[in-house]
Amino acid sequence: MTDALLTGANASTEVPLKRRLRRAERTRQVKALALVAPLLVFLLFTFAGPIVGMLWRSVEDSEVRQVFPHTVAALASWDGRDLPDEMAYAALASDILAARASGTIAIAAKRLNYALNGFRTILTSTARNLKAVPEPGTAKETLGKINPAWRERATWTTIKDASGPVTGFYLLAALDLTRNADGAIVAAPPDQAIYRDVFARTFLISISVTALCLILGFPVAYLLATLPPGRSNLLMIFVLLPFWTSLLVRTCAWIVLLQSKGVVNDSLHWIGIIDEPLRLIYNRFGVCVAMTHVLLPFMILPLYSSMKAISPAYMRAAASLGAPPLTAFLRIYLPQTLPGIGAGSLLVFILALGYYITPALVGGAADQMISYFIALYTTETANWGLASALGAVLLLVTLLLALVYGKLVHGQQVTGGMKN
Amino acid sequence: MEAGMVTPAPALVRFSGIQKTYDGEHLVVKNLDLEIKKGEFITLLGPSGSGKTTTLMMLAGFEVPTHGEIYLADRPIKNVPPHKRDIGMVFQNYALFPHLTIAENIAFPLSVRKIKKAEAQERVGAALRMIKMESLAHRRPGQLSGGQQQRVALARALVFNPQLVLMDEPLGALDKRLREQMQLEIKQLHETMGITIVYVTHDQSEALTMSDRIAVFNDGIVQQIDTPDSLYENPVNSFVAHFIGENNVLAGTVETIENEYCRVALAGGGAVTARAVNVSRAGASTSLSVRPERISIVPDGTSSDGPNRLPAKVQSTIYLGDHALAVLDVAGNSEFMVKLQPVAHHSLRQGESVSITFRPEDCLALDPV
Repeated sequence: MTDALLTGANASTEVPLKRRLRRAERTRQVKALALVAPLLVFLLFTFAGPIVGMLWRSVEDSEVRQVFPHTVAALASWDGRDLPDEMAYAALASDILAARASGTIAIAAKRLNYALNGFRTILTSTARNLKAVPEPGTAKETLGKINPAWRERATWTTIKDASGPVTGFYLLAALDLTRNADGAIVAAPPDQAIYRDVFARTFLISISVTALCLILGFPVAYLLATLPPGRSNLLMIFVLLPFWTSLLVRTCAWIVLLQSKGVVNDSLHWIGIIDEPLRLIYNRFGVCVAMTHVLLPFMILPLYSSMKAISPAYMRAAASLGAPPLTAFLRIYLPQTLPGIGAGSLLVFILALGYYITPALVGGAADQMISYFIALYTTETANWGLASALGAVLLLVTLLLALVYGKLVHGQQVTGGMKN
Repeated sequence: MEAGMVTPAPALVRFSGIQKTYDGEHLVVKNLDLEIKKGEFITLLGPSGSGKTTTLMMLAGFEVPTHGEIYLADRPIKNVPPHKRDIGMVFQNYALFPHLTIAENIAFPLSVRKIKKAEAQERVGAALRMIKMESLAHRRPGQLSGGQQQRVALARALVFNPQLVLMDEPLGALDKRLREQMQLEIKQLHETMGITIVYVTHDQSEALTMSDRIAVFNDGIVQQIDTPDSLYENPVNSFVAHFIGENNVLAGTVETIENEYCRVALAGGGAVTARAVNVSRAGASTSLSVRPERISIVPDGTSSDGPNRLPAKVQSTIYLGDHALAVLDVAGNSEFMVKLQPVAHHSLRQGESVSITFRPEDCLALDPV
């Protein structure tokens, strides 16, 4: 009957089957697209847009260009080996006078000061002491007299490096690198080289928290997946309970619990285990405890869903084939939970990487993670270029991890097609 | 099969006074005494909830008897964990490990026994050849059809030469044709390898096809253990008669008992002579059991030449290809089936009055239903 219908349809219309299928599918696709369109637009403006903006800011370099346009143009042809010629000095002098008039000199000073400490002083003193446009041919001498820094090559290479429109300056700084006067990439001076440490610390804390979550979450997820429905539902409520309270409240609760006169210390003292209160908070320990507590559900839920899909018959089969319980667990059960372990670990790790409030509240100075510095540069010092660069590096690392995970899971994912 | 019956093989498995309850109120297995001989294919047959699967699970070690003891090769195994029992098992949904290939699945019992790689490889190869799936060794279970998965599960349960193989409704998920084919394959494996198989099913035709002996379970009690033909020919009670094969039931009261035979007055009128299988005394009520293929239909008015002749009215006829069924109204039973030759049903008209006859030895007087 189906055959008859098909041939009948073929005879009446000459359109090939493939095209008719595409036409039929198109309506469906348009409808589906219409359904997701609001979210798509929302995400475009609130998610994709800001990310692109952030990435652009991490390489954008327009301040010096705007404030000192003539200097930038004059330096374009400078090879950077010797001091620039008279023309560049004249351009700078006129640029400084113009900037002083419009009050924009601080913008350029801030940017140049990032690259060379003390540049702000050089610029402000020059602006203060430069009375008028120097006579033609005397600009070099005049500026050099006002501030001897203008007789140094490094001062000029700093301006040239900052003349944009794009720069690797912030990205290099985020990795504790900088360019020397010759333009070669070298390690940043020790007093500025902190970000590698911060990244390493961020990763270390994230890995510790992920490991803790896995160790604590695995048995709970197993229990959830194997208990009879009534009791497992009750347990599930306890797992989800933390979501009912705000993150801030939960973090503050840890302060109450862990501080030196807190519940934990008092109890331990009362039992007689300790004489002196233990230092449980404002250090790495407090950060790990509080973050593990907050992130635990994100580990338990994916684990639970992967374990729920494992039929108890597998373990029985393994036992009947001669595998002792531990062997059966390691060779049959555990491998099937790997997708859940991967998903949970990735989720917790990535969430932990970007954690801000908890380490800021319960961590000491040496426990601040990368997001603390991003927030610092965004809101306190308004060094958006560096904040964006740190964000970009973090984003890149996170994407890499997600990619690696995707590859791993692709090789592992066999359970998906197997559920019968 | 015949050889096994002539020389009594030693009992490999012995259930002794086994009871099992899950809730402390109802016994799922009431009082089980059962011996399974070496090399035997025994089927535990019964409706769901009859205790057959529980019995199998106790033998496998996944359930612990509440009372009694199970002996495997004369060794009590109640407290032996499943992985030390050396019993192969084929599960209802195969339970093939989804993250391992077919070859790895079959190699699993060998590798947990720390058998050397070379020998394990050889045995896996032989097992794959046995199920004719050498070319699929590196596929994963999810890529196989139900029948292929079934074969792999079988090979995996056999590859380590267990002294006993358990099968828990292994063919339940397959379609009819494939199921029949697999029945024959399993039967063949049993005969060539000489293994002992305990098979659980609720499908009586499957049990009849494959088994040396069948234990019919109902209500946690083994109703009868016997060879397929004995079960069919000589059921000990109405449950077995009804569960194994097609069966017509006529209710009646015993009038007289004489040696092995009794005269029964039917509730719907008339009287017949039947074999007194499960009746105690004259005056007791009874259910008569007659198989559809042991009955003849004779036109009304022809002379009778036996003690069992009853009037009947044709309700309908059903054509089934290799045979036909006449549905009759006999002594108050309006679903009385008679098996006919394929085209014989054409001569019967609906509503026609006929007579049926059957031999006294084909009519069993059993306990009342």
